[in-house]
Amino acid sequence: MVAVLYDTPDDALEGIEDGVRIMFGGFVTAGTPSNLIRALKRRGTRGINGMANNIGFGDLLDELCEDHQLAGMIATFAIRASSAKKSRFEDQYHRGEVTLELSPQGTFVERIRAGGAGLGGVLTRTGLGTPVAEGKQTIEVDGVTYLLETPLHADVALLKAQRADRLGNLEYRGAGRNFNPLMATAADLVIVEVEEIVEVGEIDPERVGTPAVFVDRIVQCAPVEVFTP
Amino acid sequence: MTSHAHPEGLPRELLALRVAQELRAGMVVNLGIGLPTLVPSHLPEGHSVLFQSENGILGLGGIREDGIFDRELINAGGQPVFLATGASFFDSATSFGMIRGGHVDVSVLGGLQVASNGDLANWMVPERGGGSMGGAMDLAVGARRLIVAMEHVTRDGTSRLMERCTYPLTAQACTNLVVTNLAVIAVEPSGFVLLEVAPGVTVEQVIAATNAPLTVAPDVHEMVL
Repeated sequence: MVAVLYDTPDDALEGIEDGVRIMFGGFVTAGTPSNLIRALKRRGTRGINGMANNIGFGDLLDELCEDHQLAGMIATFAIRASSAKKSRFEDQYHRGEVTLELSPQGTFVERIRAGGAGLGGVLTRTGLGTPVAEGKQTIEVDGVTYLLETPLHADVALLKAQRADRLGNLEYRGAGRNFNPLMATAADLVIVEVEEIVEVGEIDPERVGTPAVFVDRIVQCAPVEVFTP
Repeated sequence: MTSHAHPEGLPRELLALRVAQELRAGMVVNLGIGLPTLVPSHLPEGHSVLFQSENGILGLGGIREDGIFDRELINAGGQPVFLATGASFFDSATSFGMIRGGHVDVSVLGGLQVASNGDLANWMVPERGGGSMGGAMDLAVGARRLIVAMEHVTRDGTSRLMERCTYPLTAQACTNLVVTNLAVIAVEPSGFVLLEVAPGVTVEQVIAATNAPLTVAPDVHEMVL
């Protein structure tokens, strides 16, 4: 199916309802869908269960906490161990207003990959003997014990790429890949903000990072300026 | 035990220099956030160590300090970086496949506690009510060699080297070498082995600052910095 082009990030979020499960691409500033996050804030959608690598580290996601739009997060980095200034998310977490499931980064991305690839889970040694393993099944394969981690799936993925063509093929730049290509496979509705939209054929097939089949909506916008951590 | 009971030992920059001495040409190395990021500036000009950054870069250059910020060119701590010649980009699944799959030669992580069986705790301080592991658990499990770089004792003088960690673990039996401001200590099947002491620090002072049995290597010597 061909991707649909939208004029604004606000329009691109049409139909998203309260209680939605959303995957957010990005790693700090790289590959972060900053315009779509701002549009989600303007939209006022509530009860969001988010999945993202990080929240409160220059990613703009923390702004969703201003009006308590988040119900919870699955993330790899959300709470500082140091006594540094806390994010809004951390404050709300400590007050019990949002839930948090911490997942090791390599496990997090493989759970997303499994969710998008029709797999029933992932076996990993990461997390054994730590709080991550609590309540989870272990499985022995050829004498090695692994932790069973279950797939992640979302209603919506909000992603960022450098360029898209009108079919929905995506090209990434630099470290902007990170979770975006995986999340593109693991959500029912995939919405991508790009800095440039080009005609079909202008992206070299060798450079397509996400094939068009995974992309539903595209919107072109310049990234929101963010502070440098 | 108060802090003045233990010597100061190395400043952070020299600790990073001592870690840098562990890296060899051609190695693939991942550096954790914090002190480990000081390591590359202590490698010789023209070194061929390949730095992996878990956010999707192999061939990380130095941290960019000229004020130019490219949002898509950052390290795992969010700092702007240069690329080394021969660098490559990849997504997070490939990145952690690299890490968990044993393709990273050395991981250098900061630490809160290291146990004499090699257990590492570095992501959560229970009394502060939080913490996040990011990629640390995968790095601790997957890297072929794990070096923990940390201060030997806490601010109130409690040893960070102990028989069993009291904080939640990052991974079990994962640490190979501990480099602190006071000493270089190997983690062997028998426990901690003292290899080197910092200049001006005695073997007795390191033993006093370590809350676990410490075997003194026959050829224990002062660090060459």
